[in-house]
Amino acid sequence: MTKIMLRGNESIAYAFKLARVQVIPAYPITPSTLVPEKISEFIANGEMKAEFVPVESEHSAISAAIGASAKGVRVGTATASQGLALMHEVLFIASGMRLPIVMGIGNRALSAPINIWCDHQDMMAQRDAGWLQFYGENNQEGLDLGIMAFKIAEDNRVMLPAMVGLDAFVLTHTVEPVEMPEQSEVDEFVGEFKPNYVTLDPDKPATLGSFGFPEHYMEFKFGQWVAMERAKKVIDEVFKEFEEKFGRKYRKVNPEFVEDADIVLVTMGSMSGTAREFVKRMRGKGKKVGLLKITTFRPFPKEELIEALKGVKVVAVMERNISFGFGGAVYAELGATFANLKEKPKIVDFIVGLGGRDITFNTYQAVLDLAEKALKEDVDEVNWIDVNKEAVYKAEGLQ
Amino acid sequence: MKNQYEDEEFFAPGHGMCAGCAAPIIVKWVLKIAGPNTIVVNATGCLEVATTAYPRTSWKVPWLHVAFENAAAAASGVEAAVKAKGEKTNIIVFGGDGGTVDIGFQALSGMVERGHNVLYVLYDNEAYMNTGIQRSGATPWGAWTTTSKVGEANPIGKLRPKKPIAKIIAAHNASYVATANPAMFQDFKKKVEKAMSYDGPRFLHVLSSCTTGWRHDPSKTIEILRLASDTGLFPLYEIIDGDIENMRITYKPKEFKPVEEYLKMQGRFRHLFKHPEYIKKLQDDVNAWWEKYGKHYIK
Repeated sequence: MTKIMLRGNESIAYAFKLARVQVIPAYPITPSTLVPEKISEFIANGEMKAEFVPVESEHSAISAAIGASAKGVRVGTATASQGLALMHEVLFIASGMRLPIVMGIGNRALSAPINIWCDHQDMMAQRDAGWLQFYGENNQEGLDLGIMAFKIAEDNRVMLPAMVGLDAFVLTHTVEPVEMPEQSEVDEFVGEFKPNYVTLDPDKPATLGSFGFPEHYMEFKFGQWVAMERAKKVIDEVFKEFEEKFGRKYRKVNPEFVEDADIVLVTMGSMSGTAREFVKRMRGKGKKVGLLKITTFRPFPKEELIEALKGVKVVAVMERNISFGFGGAVYAELGATFANLKEKPKIVDFIVGLGGRDITFNTYQAVLDLAEKALKEDVDEVNWIDVNKEAVYKAEGLQ
Repeated sequence: MKNQYEDEEFFAPGHGMCAGCAAPIIVKWVLKIAGPNTIVVNATGCLEVATTAYPRTSWKVPWLHVAFENAAAAASGVEAAVKAKGEKTNIIVFGGDGGTVDIGFQALSGMVERGHNVLYVLYDNEAYMNTGIQRSGATPWGAWTTTSKVGEANPIGKLRPKKPIAKIIAAHNASYVATANPAMFQDFKKKVEKAMSYDGPRFLHVLSSCTTGWRHDPSKTIEILRLASDTGLFPLYEIIDGDIENMRITYKPKEFKPVEEYLKMQGRFRHLFKHPEYIKKLQDDVNAWWEKYGKHYIK
């Protein structure tokens, strides 16, 4: 195994190359543009045998991906933010047709105001599109999850499309050392794509994407539900097999220092690295703080979360997304996860790092301070951190 | 010469298309000519809805529907996958005028510009018929639709002419573009065969009719469509490799029929007859077109 220096986008491109993706329809958008650029380079150099389709929009990228996947080939694409939002309608069709397309996402804020930097709003806005969702902490995870996403998505018990998110710029454009597996090892691990559904084959004509009346529609949807539930086990299996083969451990949720913790910070994506350092320092000061990083957001790892957060007093969810009128998506789902249990932690939401605002030690400190307060008294359920609230109140005429 | 698949059906009967609709005639014959080694991609519309009510289907060739506006993009992906697999298969798109000249226009433009080896067949019934006769970019001037209504303030109906979609696609340097009319059957058949013989992006703009939207007697479909070309209103031509200057008109009536004959058979134009000047305008437009382009007719 060799270590090479890669930007996050390149780790997605390498994952596609190593998984021998056959068709890549893609459209450039900051910050994921380097993925199709790198693929174009691989193909031009003869390093990769694939059809690159330089489509005229993201809507067409995902539509072409569906066409290719329906023909029974392995398909990958990449996008971000507005591009993912433009795909919205078609994302539901990809999952409804049970096509295991893998898409790299450079997690970026949504307009307005237009902003090219990191948050998770783009993928969270597609939460209900029926795609598996993974969030990488670093570029190694981008490569590894990119490879594993094919194996999980194409598993005949699943057959659902998958997104792998890497934080805009923080990961997509940042060079990190990445262990590069051998082609033969990845071939052995991922294997060939063998769809268990009919494909577009003139020898076995079939009608794909037909009109579903009320007497059939719900069964199709229930099929997606069942597949998403089954994916939980398949993800565990693939993570384990990957660990045995490549030595790197992946879990849907990754608890650290939680055994005796009173407070646990829940994170996703690149902020988890800084959070780990912060938690270590707090532990050095004798504070009973833990960390829980969520890698798999869809399917939502309820069982693992309940297990990992057992006995914790305050769960501080830090998230780079907001559902206006309620709170963050992770907070909402974590709350629902514990709703029917007798023993439950106090769950407090922290909206941080939207549109690329830095998440620093001061951010974690502010979160920890409020979480410690929550140990003793009631605090607001949803807390915006590092925001100039006074300026907003003034602009909204509240002062 | 008889095509080897002429006796075989790849578009089965029993579908839900209306009696008198021209679209099934177009589809049936395109598929007979293309044969079984064909993948069809269908845009959302009457054709898709009325032929694939799960678990039934009218399609005896592999068929894919994704959405309304992206049939050309989906076909691009199918074609890329066919290439990646090293196979050779005909890929044919069927789209209505809404899915082609309006909402699907960008995807179509992209597909043609990128040079995908796909035949795109537009069946043009000149309005959004599936949703109930709303005007499209292919609705002709003077037609009544449910969104180009006729009243005191607007006695005309649609106020803008049809998009010249065949020329627009030809201007992308598509390898073969033709207008066709199933009522002019030999010409139509020849063009489908010719389109199948070319590589690269090809486009057939085929006039279709809609009995409910055009408001005509279902038994008169072929008669009305024939009049579209015999009046000169829907000229039949072909353009090869984007050479619009050398477009070839493939049919010229020996004697042009007056446009009234076409218009009077359709309820959507009824209001025009209260204003002879509108009929005259349409006749003048036709005359001007043939004055300008008639020289491209080559026997």
